[in-house]
This record gives sequence, structure tokens and C-alpha cells, in this order.
Amino acid sequence: MGRRQSFLDLSYALVIGGIAVLAVLIIVSPVVIALMTSFTEGRSLKFPPTGFSFGWYEQLFDPSRSRPIHRAAGNSLEVAAMSTLIGVVLATLAALGLARNRARSARVADNLFMSPLVLPGIAFGLAALVYFSTLGFRPSLNLMIAGHLIVTMPFILRTTTASLSQLDPALLDSSQSLGASWFYTLRRVTLPLIFPGIAAGAFLAFMASIDNVPVSLFLSNARTDTLPIRMWGMMESTLDVRVAAVSGVLIGCAFTLMLIMEWTVGLTRRMRD
Amino acid sequence: MSVASDLIDRPREEGRLRLAEWQLALPLSLAFAALFLAPLLLLGATSFFNDEKITQPGFASWTKFFGDPFNYKVILDTLLLGLKTVCATVVIGYPVALVYIDLPARLQKVLIFIIVMPMLLSVVVRTFAWIVVLGREGVVNQLLLWLGVISEPLRLLQTELGLVISLTQIEMPLMLLPLISVMSRLDPNLRDASAALGASRWRTLFTVIVPLSMPGLVAGCLLVFASSTTAFISQTVIGGVRLIYLPLVIWQQSLVVYNWPLAAVASLSLVVSVLSVIAALSYLGRRSSRHLHG
Repeated sequence: MGRRQSFLDLSYALVIGGIAVLAVLIIVSPVVIALMTSFTEGRSLKFPPTGFSFGWYEQLFDPSRSRPIHRAAGNSLEVAAMSTLIGVVLATLAALGLARNRARSARVADNLFMSPLVLPGIAFGLAALVYFSTLGFRPSLNLMIAGHLIVTMPFILRTTTASLSQLDPALLDSSQSLGASWFYTLRRVTLPLIFPGIAAGAFLAFMASIDNVPVSLFLSNARTDTLPIRMWGMMESTLDVRVAAVSGVLIGCAFTLMLIMEWTVGLTRRMRD
Repeated sequence: MSVASDLIDRPREEGRLRLAEWQLALPLSLAFAALFLAPLLLLGATSFFNDEKITQPGFASWTKFFGDPFNYKVILDTLLLGLKTVCATVVIGYPVALVYIDLPARLQKVLIFIIVMPMLLSVVVRTFAWIVVLGREGVVNQLLLWLGVISEPLRLLQTELGLVISLTQIEMPLMLLPLISVMSRLDPNLRDASAALGASRWRTLFTVIVPLSMPGLVAGCLLVFASSTTAFISQTVIGGVRLIYLPLVIWQQSLVVYNWPLAAVASLSLVVSVLSVIAALSYLGRRSSRHLHG
């Protein structure tokens, strides 16, 4: 009996541990391999890369040859920054209004605001295109900001609502019983305490906007395209190795940002809870 | 500001207090009505027009889309792609969550960093990485050739297998985050009790841990399913032109052929079929957790 048990436990450790190691390998290795390939000397994506050079990065940073890529990156940053900024204001207000409200209507509103997370993005992208062109708007960065606002705002609302629900109501009561006005309490007690939640949500929303394809696909044209759309074009036609260099830059940015967010607001802890 | 604080300042007047707090959600509600609900309603209305210029109302777009047997195959393939990806992420991802709860806190931080990091990387970058891995001169083919398993490169891109493998990695964080969030809240005493009563670790896994982690598992499955069925970039770049899924049909009809009514029908089919699978999954999830709690 005892031997059977230890055999079973050993097989558990081997199977579960083995798959977990495999999983981590599958998660990490494509990123590492893509990064290594970006330093190739050759003109193809052969692995292992032939020789080491910064050639593709030099081409990528060349202002005249890679102008459309730079413009697309600028568009991406502008759309992400603006939609996150508006999203933070709207979502924080809504979270303050709805977090402690147990009415049925508040729950319905909360579900509605979260629904862009599960609705197939491409359906909303098409809907936005049909809607804006029916209203007579031409493709512009403003339309893209409006579209991104809808699909990235839920991230901010979720983390802000979560930090509001962890807030001790006694703090607000004592602030009020000491004579502070509602606005003063908000400014000096509530906002400082929920700030890490808002910041984590804003970070996720910003990244979701930078990464967004379905909305940008429908609302952009050749002049207003964002980086993912431009990269998709580069991968679809002739596989341009500059994609590897763009990927390398983005991997570096994501890694740095992630470290910063981890140190400042404890991002992973917030995403786990 | 003074009006708002006048309304909210008096904690005793419950009715007025709630009304004023509720009003803070008004700006977002207006934005959602104008930029989310109105476009979706208009999309629904667009599907009930017969022609590309959107002048004659009628059901022709619906009958045309559902009169073509090819479109049923596309819908089915799209849903199957989602289900295959969900299965792969569960099989590969669940053990990671199991290992996570046994790790010391320091290593837990490292592991969660490894899991979240790819999530912050653009889907386009992750898709590109898989082109490098699965291509004719890619890592997998080079390795298999070197080992002598194959004599000429396998075709991995533009196959469903290659697409499912790629999507498994691309969607993995969506499975792992809810799963780990639920599993790390499980009482470790439950596992110890199960072991002390003589259950093997396998038995503890299937009779204690899996049922208790059901909410996280279901949440992960829903996110992965929703995301992989609409993963336009991965589907078109790795799947190529030979594998056709609904997002590609929507894109072609709306931005290549400019038949918006038909694109609207295809989008609504995608929304309805994806949301009904999601509803079914979450119903099953709720039933299993109700069963658990008696």
C-alpha cells in the first residue's frame, strides 16, 4: 500500500512538474527566439540567426526609410495616451458612484461597462465603422480614441472598483465626522488610497490600447494606422525583417515597463487578486 | 462642485446621498450609450438591408449568409478553434497553477512575472515570434532535421495544428491569471487533510483541488475562448488564406468587398455563437460549483 502510494505521488510530481516546465518553456521561448532573430545579419528569419548585427535596428531607426513605421508608432502612443486619460476620469467617477451601490440598476450598469471585455472585438470594430461613417465622420485619430476608450476602460473600472471595495468605510466615516466635506474626503482620503488601483488599471488600459487590433483595423486608414496594423501589413505581404526589430524594441519596452509597474504599484499582485 | 457637495454632504439623508453618488456614473453611461450601444444597434439594423448601398430593407443578407453551406463550416471551424485552444491551455496551464501554489513566495513572484510579461507584449509580436518558431527554416524544423526525425521541413504554418499551438501560448495568461487567483486562496489545510486521510496526490487533485478551483477554471476558459475565436491577426498570419474563420469573413466583406449588410450578419453570427458558448460554459461552471456546495 505504502509503495503504491509513493509511486503515485512520484508519478504526480513527474507529470505535473514536467508539464509545468514545458508550459513555462512554451511561454518564454518564442519571445527569446524572436528577440535573438532580430539581431541577425541575414535577410531571412532563419534560426539560428546567421551572424550578429544591429542592421535591422539601424534600418528601423532610419528616419527616411522607416517613416511610416515611426508615424504609426506615434499614432499608437497618442491614441493610447488620450483614451487612457479620458478612461481614467470616466471610470474613476463611475467607480466612486457605483462601488458601494447595491441597487439592481448599479449591477446592470457595472455589467454593461464590463461587457466590451467579452464581446468579440471585431464586431464592435465593424459597428463603430458603420456608425461613424453613417454620422459622416472620416477616419481620424479622434475616432480611434473614442473606440479605444470603450474597449480599454473596463480595465480601469475593474481595478478601481476592487481597491474601493477594499477601502475601510471607517476611514470615510471618521473623515466626515471630523467635519470634512465629501469633496475634501475624496481628495485627501479616498483618492490617495485607491490611487495604486487606478494606476494599475490605467497601465493595463494603455497596454490594451497599444495592442488593440480589432478597433484600429476598422477605424484607421493609411495615414492614421497604428503600429500593430502596420506590423500586420508588413507580415502579410513580404515578410519584412524589420518586424523583428520592431518586436525587439517592443519586448524591451514591455519588460522595462513591467519592472517599473511592479516596483511602484505591485502590478502582478493586483492582477492576481 | 458646490451643488454636488451640497447634495452629498449630508450622510443622514440616505435617498439624496445615493442619488448624488449614482450621478457620478452619468458621464460614463452617456459615453457608453453614444459610443457602444448606438453603434451595436446600428450594426443590427444594417444587417436587415438587402444591398451594399444600404437602401432596401429586407432579410436578403441573412438568407444569403445562411443559405451558403460554406458559412456553416466557417462558423463551426471558428468555434472548434476556440474549443481546441481552450483544451490545450487547460492541459498545459493547469499544472503551472498547481506548481505555483506549492512554490515559496519569492519563486511565485518570478513565475507570475513570466506569465504576465507575454501578456503585455503585443499580440502581433507574439504572433510574429511563432512565425519564426514554426517557419520552414524555423526552430522546430531545424531541431527535428538535426535530430534526424524528419528528412525535409514540415509544413507547420498555415495548418490548424500550428495555429492552435501558437494560440495556446498567446492566450495562456488569460487562463493562468484567474486560475492562480482562485487557487492561491484555497486553504492549504484541505490538501494536508486529504493527504492525512490517505488520499494520493492524484486523488486530492481530482476530488479536492479541481472542484474547488472551478470558478477560476471557468473564468479562464471563457476568456481564452472569447479571445481565440476573434484573434484576427493570429488567424490570418499563422492560418494564412487556406484556413478561413469568421473574423476573416467579416474583414473581407466589410473592407474588401464593402458589403456592410453581409459583414453585419457575419459579425452578429460571431457574437451570438461565441456568447452562447460562453453562456453554456458559465452555466456548467455555476452548476458544478452549486453541486459542490450542496
